[in-house]
Parts: sequence; C-alpha cells; structure tokens
Amino acid sequence: MLNRYPLWKNLFITLIVAMGFYYAAPNLYAPDPALQIGGSSGAQGINGPLMDRASQALSEAGIGYFGEEIQALGKTGLIRLESREQQLKAQAILQRALGDGYIVALNLAPTTPDWLVSGSARPMKLGLDLSGGVHFKLEVDVDAATDRKLEHYENGIKRRLREERIRGRLALEGTRIGMTFRSVEDREAARSAVKDLYPELLLDRVDEDVPQLFAEVTETTIAEVVEYAVAQNLTTLRNRVNELGVSEPLVQRQGKNRIVVELPGIQDTAEAKRILGKVANLEFRLVAEANTPISERQRFDYRGESRQGMTEWLERDIIITGERVSNAAASFDQNGQPNVQITLDGEGGMLMSRATRANVKRRMGVLFIERKYRTRYENDENGETVVIRDPYDEKKVLTAPVIQSALGAQFQITGLDSPAESSELALMLRAGALAAPISFVEERTVGPSLGAENIELGVKSLQLGLALVVLFMLVYYRVFGVIAVVALTANLVLLVAVMSLLSATLTLPGIAGIVLTVGMAVDANVLIFARIREELAAGTSSQLAIHSGFERAVTTILDANITTLIVAIILYAVGTGPIKGFAVTLSVGIITSMFTAIMGTRALVNISYGGRRVDRLSIGRVRMRAAAVSKEATA
Amino acid sequence: MKSIAFMKGRFVAAAFSGLLLLATVVSLSFQQLNWGLDFTGGTLIELNYDSSVDLGNIRDQLLTGGYEGAMVVSFGTDRDVLVRLPISYSDAEGARMVEVLRGAASQKVTMQRMEFVGPQVGDELREQGGLAMLLALGLVLIYVGFRFQIKFAMGAVIALAHDVLIILGFFSITRLEFDLSVLAAILAVIGYSLNDTIVVSDRIRENLRKIRKMEPLGVVDVSLNETLGRTLVTSLTTMLVLTSLAVFGGDMIFGFAIALLVGVTIGTYSSIYVASTSLLALGVTKEDVAIPVKEGEDQEAVIP
Repeated sequence: MLNRYPLWKNLFITLIVAMGFYYAAPNLYAPDPALQIGGSSGAQGINGPLMDRASQALSEAGIGYFGEEIQALGKTGLIRLESREQQLKAQAILQRALGDGYIVALNLAPTTPDWLVSGSARPMKLGLDLSGGVHFKLEVDVDAATDRKLEHYENGIKRRLREERIRGRLALEGTRIGMTFRSVEDREAARSAVKDLYPELLLDRVDEDVPQLFAEVTETTIAEVVEYAVAQNLTTLRNRVNELGVSEPLVQRQGKNRIVVELPGIQDTAEAKRILGKVANLEFRLVAEANTPISERQRFDYRGESRQGMTEWLERDIIITGERVSNAAASFDQNGQPNVQITLDGEGGMLMSRATRANVKRRMGVLFIERKYRTRYENDENGETVVIRDPYDEKKVLTAPVIQSALGAQFQITGLDSPAESSELALMLRAGALAAPISFVEERTVGPSLGAENIELGVKSLQLGLALVVLFMLVYYRVFGVIAVVALTANLVLLVAVMSLLSATLTLPGIAGIVLTVGMAVDANVLIFARIREELAAGTSSQLAIHSGFERAVTTILDANITTLIVAIILYAVGTGPIKGFAVTLSVGIITSMFTAIMGTRALVNISYGGRRVDRLSIGRVRMRAAAVSKEATA
Repeated sequence: MKSIAFMKGRFVAAAFSGLLLLATVVSLSFQQLNWGLDFTGGTLIELNYDSSVDLGNIRDQLLTGGYEGAMVVSFGTDRDVLVRLPISYSDAEGARMVEVLRGAASQKVTMQRMEFVGPQVGDELREQGGLAMLLALGLVLIYVGFRFQIKFAMGAVIALAHDVLIILGFFSITRLEFDLSVLAAILAVIGYSLNDTIVVSDRIRENLRKIRKMEPLGVVDVSLNETLGRTLVTSLTTMLVLTSLAVFGGDMIFGFAIALLVGVTIGTYSSIYVASTSLLALGVTKEDVAIPVKEGEDQEAVIP
C-alpha cells in the first residue's frame, strides 16, 4: 500500500527521537555555581573536618551554600553556592580560611538528575564567550628553539674536533655551521668525525680542493626540534594550569607552534599570565656524606606521592643547573630496563666531568625548583583587606642515583622502576631546559556578566526566530505545516542531543548556527511540500502526490545539503575557536535536519494521510492547472 | 499565477550585478575593509560604567594616561564603552589601561571583555580566510561538476563568487567592522546560496531532459517559475530568524547576522539570475544533461 511505513521504521524513528530527548534533557538543568577544593601538592587529601572548616568559614561570611560532598576518593571537595554573584567572594574567603595548602577553584557543578547520569547523558559545555573566562594563545618561538639546537651542534662539533685534535674555525651561518680547516686532509677527518657524532646533519663542501665543510641542519631535524619544543611546553603548561584553580582548564595544541589555553571562570589575567610564564629549574648536587659539615649541607624533601616523607641531605655546592640540560629522554638499556638519557651542553659536560671524576660511587641528587607563592592578608590604610602574595622557591628532590663512573656531556640515570617513572623523570629534567621561549599572541577575557548576557540574547533570538518560522509554516502549509513544525522541533532536540553526546562546546556563534539551522532546516520540508503541491496541481491523486513528492525532492535535498556540508567541513578545518563551534553546529544541524525532514516528516505524513482514501490534503493553496482541473472533472 | 519571463530581464540583471560588482571593486580598492581586531591585531576592551559616561572624558583620561591612538566608541548603550588600542601596545597594556580608567572614573567600572590579538595572528587569519573561501569554491566546482555537469558547476561558482564579492563590497561601503564572525558568515552564505543554486539547477536539468520542444532559455524560465515558491519561502524563513538574530542577538553577533542577511538576499537573487544567466551564456544544451535513455521512459510533458 502507498505511503505506509512498516512498523519497524516508525519504531526506529520514535526510538531515535526518544533518545534525542533523553540526551538533550541534561541541558535543561542549569548548573549550580560551586567551589572545588583540592590539595595544592596532590598529597593532601580532602576529609570531613576540612569540609566542616570550609562550611563554617562560609557560614560566618553569610554566604548561602549547600550540597557539600567529597569527590574522587577524597582528592577534591565540592561546595555548591546559592548565588553566582557570591562565587568570587566565596572563593577568596575559602582560600583564606584553608590556606596555601589547598587550591579553591571556581566550578559549575552539574545538576543532572540520576536517571540521566546513569545513561551517561551530559549537558553541553559552555564556551568562554558564554561562561566567562580567559583565553590565551601562546606561540612557541621556533627560531629560538632552532638557534639553540644549532648552538648545541656547534658546541658538540667543537668538542669532538678538539678531542680528535683537528684544528679549524667554526662559524654559524643561518641554518648551517661553516667549518674552515688548514688542509683537505683535516677536512676529511672532520667530516667522518662529525658524521659519526651527528648522523642527522647534512655535510657538504664547496669544492674538492677547498678545506671547508658545511654542516646543514635538515628540515626534518628542525621540524623535530619544533615538535619537541611544543610538546614540552604543552606538558609544562598543563602542570602549571592546575595550580591556577580552574576546574576545567583546556590546554591544546593548535597548528604548528601555537598552544591555546582556556581558563573558564578566571578574571585575573595578570595572575594567570604570571603563573603560565614562570620558569621551573633544576639543580644537580652531590648527596652529602656522613662527614660533610652541617654548614655545607641542606636537607630536602622528595617530590611525588610515592616518596612521601622521605628526605635527602645534599651538599650546598651546585654542580650544574637546569639550563645546562639540552635534552633528556626516556629510553631503555640493552637489558630492557627503563632509563633516562641526559645530554648536557658543552660547559655542562665539562663541569659534570670535573665534579664526578673524583666522586664515583657517591650519589648525586637532582633538585626540582618551582616558584610558589605564599598568600598574606593585610589591612591597608583604608582598612580594606589586601591580598599579598610573596614568592618563594620550593626545592624538592627528584631522584638521587649512584654515580657509576666519571660522567661527561652524555650520561644516563638507570635503576628506575617503570617506564612511567622514566618518562616522568625525563619530563621533569627537561622542564629546566626551556626548549623554547613562549610568548602570548592572543588573549581574550570575557566577564561573567557578559557571558550570561550572551546566553540570554542568544536564547531570546532563537525563541523569537523559531516562533516566527512556526507561525509562517502553520499559515502557509496548514496540517503539513504542523508536521513540519513537529519535525523542526525534533530536529532541534536531536541537534542539541548530538552536540551533548559529542561533548561539543556551545559558543555564541554556535547558538547562531542553531538559529540558522532552524531557518534552513525547514528548507527540506519546503522542497517536499512544494513538490507535492505541484503534483496535486498536475491533477495527481493525493496518495500518489505524496509519494512522488517525497521521491523527487529527496535527490535535490541530498545534493543541496551535501554541498553545504562540504562548506561546513572546510569551515571546521580552517577556522579556530568560535568558528569551529559554528561549523560543528552547522554540520550536525544539516545531518539531523535531513533525518527529521525526510524520514520524520514522511512518517508523520504517512500516519496522518497514508493508507486510506484522502480527498484533500491540507497543504495550503494549490493552484490547479486548467488541464488538470478538467482531468479531475472527468475522473 | 502567471509565469514570469525571468530570462527576458537577464540583461538588465547582468547590468545590475555589474554595477554592484563595480561599486565593490571601487570601494575595496579605495578604502578596503574595516578590518576587525581579529585581523589587524591590537587590544580591545569593553567597559561597563555604572551610569552614563562622556566619551570625550574617557579620551582625555586616556591621553593623560599616555595612551595615544586609542579609539573610544560607545557600544550599544551610553554606559558601555569600547576602547581599541593599536597594535603597538603590548599584551600587558590592556589591564593597565583599565586601571587608569578606573582610577580616573568617579563610578564603578566593570571590564566586560578584553581581547588582545598579536600581529602575527591577524595576517595569518586573512591568509587562511582567503584560502578557505577559494578551497570552498574549488570543492564546490568539483562536486557540482561531478554530480551535474561542468557548465552547471561554472554557473554555481560564478554565482557564489558574485555573492561573496558583493557582501565584501557591502562591508567595505558601509564601513561595518569585518571580523572573524563575518568571515564565518560569508562561508555560511556560500553554503546557503549554493543550496539555492543547486535546487534551481536540479530543476533545470530535470526539465531540460523532460521538455523536449523548448529552447534552453524557455526551459530555464519554466524551471525558475516552478522553484520560485520554494526559493521565496526558504529565503523568507531564513531571513525571519536572521532578522531576529540581528535585532535581539546582541552586538557581538550583529555583524554576523547582517552579513548573512545581505548574503541570503543576494544569494536568492543570484540563484535566479546569476547562475541561470551564466548557464545560458555558457550555452547549455539538452545534450549536456542527456542520460543514456532507457526504453519506455515516461516522457509526459508538463504544460506550463
């Protein structure tokens, strides 16, 4: 029979739309403003008494709160607040009450009910333009990284030539190192020495008889240097962002040498920049012996949870600092044991060999130094409380291995427990190396009130736009208009559901994308209805008109939507940040609208009209053609 | 409804398009675009004062504070102020400037948003944006050429290029700020206008195959008439939501909505006139769209 969908198809559509409602539902529950408490070193747990202290501090300040809970097995605590305006004030109060040992972060706690959480339905995340916060774009200085690498090569070659007793002059020329020797023989000797030392360098000479040699850094090597520098900065930034007290920070690589950092809720950009830009450092010192005088030794804690409470006495003399480390990489020795390969620069190697030659079998400690801040509260002359942050260096021991033999510019640390430990150690060792300086190339701050305003405006224009379209469709297409409106609603629900499932971020352009989708989604229905009207005008019977109307419109709809999808994908590939958000909404909207407009509408039309005798379709005014009218009269 | 002889007016339309394009080229070459912060780089700060504030005062305060070349405009209301610092100021200068204004003001000043864009980002963005547009046009050319026929693809791309140029012209002439969201809008217009053009092209192809006894010009006219209802309804619904967005969406989305409104208007026009006229000018024939004819295919003609 014409225009009947089999039961399974109707059920399938119902199921999809029902799932759409389920996964879109979490967005209806507005999140609570909240504060998240975490230990600043990861060692401190959050327990009941601490939460009581926090609650008490808030009560004393007269700030309404509820729903305190301890999360993540005692790693973090959460307190929900009654009003958003008090969030910043409450944060300051809590931070003061709990002290520097804890980090109090602004948070938006989801209020998704359990029946949704159990199906892992989550609300969409809000972009910074809607939630307020800071967005930074940092650029890793590629040239500086390359220069540093060149210097490293130059020093290495110099040292090797000295060892091999080849005399020559070295000079940096762009991305290559020029070497001038006394004789062609020297040049050839140098060539094999350099080739042995750095096989990745491209060696070239001017002419057979000229005692000159050029070592060129290849594009691939430069690309590796950049890759390495960016990756290292990424990890360092991730560590630092955690100190800022943001519950859901984003640190993401963008393009070749950029890093995007997004910190929702943060308003103080100066503070954020200071923490992001700060430098971690390393010191290598000998472990003190039993007879080392107390005035020449210092005691330090170990870093990390696994060595909680362990300490080490180190000598006051520093062998080298982190600036001398040019590389540290996690690797394995011939027995498959994890180790860390460390490369120092020329001077570092010299200092290291001088210090270790006489101290074989002693232990050497590696200190990790971080700049931290102690917070004080003082009253200024106006009696207002001012926050003062005093910087101090926190030094902790990373590791203290035994020196097996005299060390040079390249050595390794062995005896590590696991590959995880070696890569962690390599990362910390590199932190001092500062692979490349970074600079801020973009910075956007959106105040929380502006974010709320943006949401309000976006929703308002969406509602109005939707109302206008609904009104128009009802007037113009009557019953079919109702069907189109139902399909449009289903489309919106599905769009929101898919966005939530993809955990896409909703931005202001994203809302604009939804609004635009509403306008364009009816297009598919309009195409179908126009075709049905045409068929009716040509005198076709109602059922046949519906059937061929859908049939003919579908190819057009597909072609038109696929081309639009192409554009949306390009937009996604090329665009950044908000533009990407717009592209995602547009693409998802195109796909869901094809489903609801073609299948959903068809199902509804079939249910209302299909499989029975219908004299008239309520699809608005159909202009009968002369020929068609007469044809119908004779029928 | 009487059918409209669209193609009779195609030379008038061509002249109209030519005029618009000429205005665009002249305006672009003389005054370029009013590039937004995303493209020029610099610092932009939106401030909210507790009560209405005199822009002249703020300018004076900034001059005293040593901020030369700062642009101060009101933003929506007389309490919202937008300050733009040229690229020569560093990324730390924005926060300092807010402090200067706070110190000079006798009322509460809230910073709503601050944006800093470095010089390297802007240039790249312009390059990427241009590239994205060319890429979009190129891929569309390939897809339509493959799905339809190369003459249709050329028609579609000419129509798209026409639309994009005229929106650029509109922004150049009106001096509205051209920022990243406007660029996104233009790309969305490419998608939208393409949608329109494809629908019309699809019908022209269908009719070229179906209506045997008519010249291509007549076929195009018939097709345009047949799709006119749909073209107008879709444009109308889209424009309804866009108008709502432009009026109520707030200042941050205004440029985006305006670019789309202009784009949808010009896109509707171009899918009727530019794409079809180009198609005729390229000499489309029935043979171009001929498919291997199946025996006994339904060849019933529709009487216009």
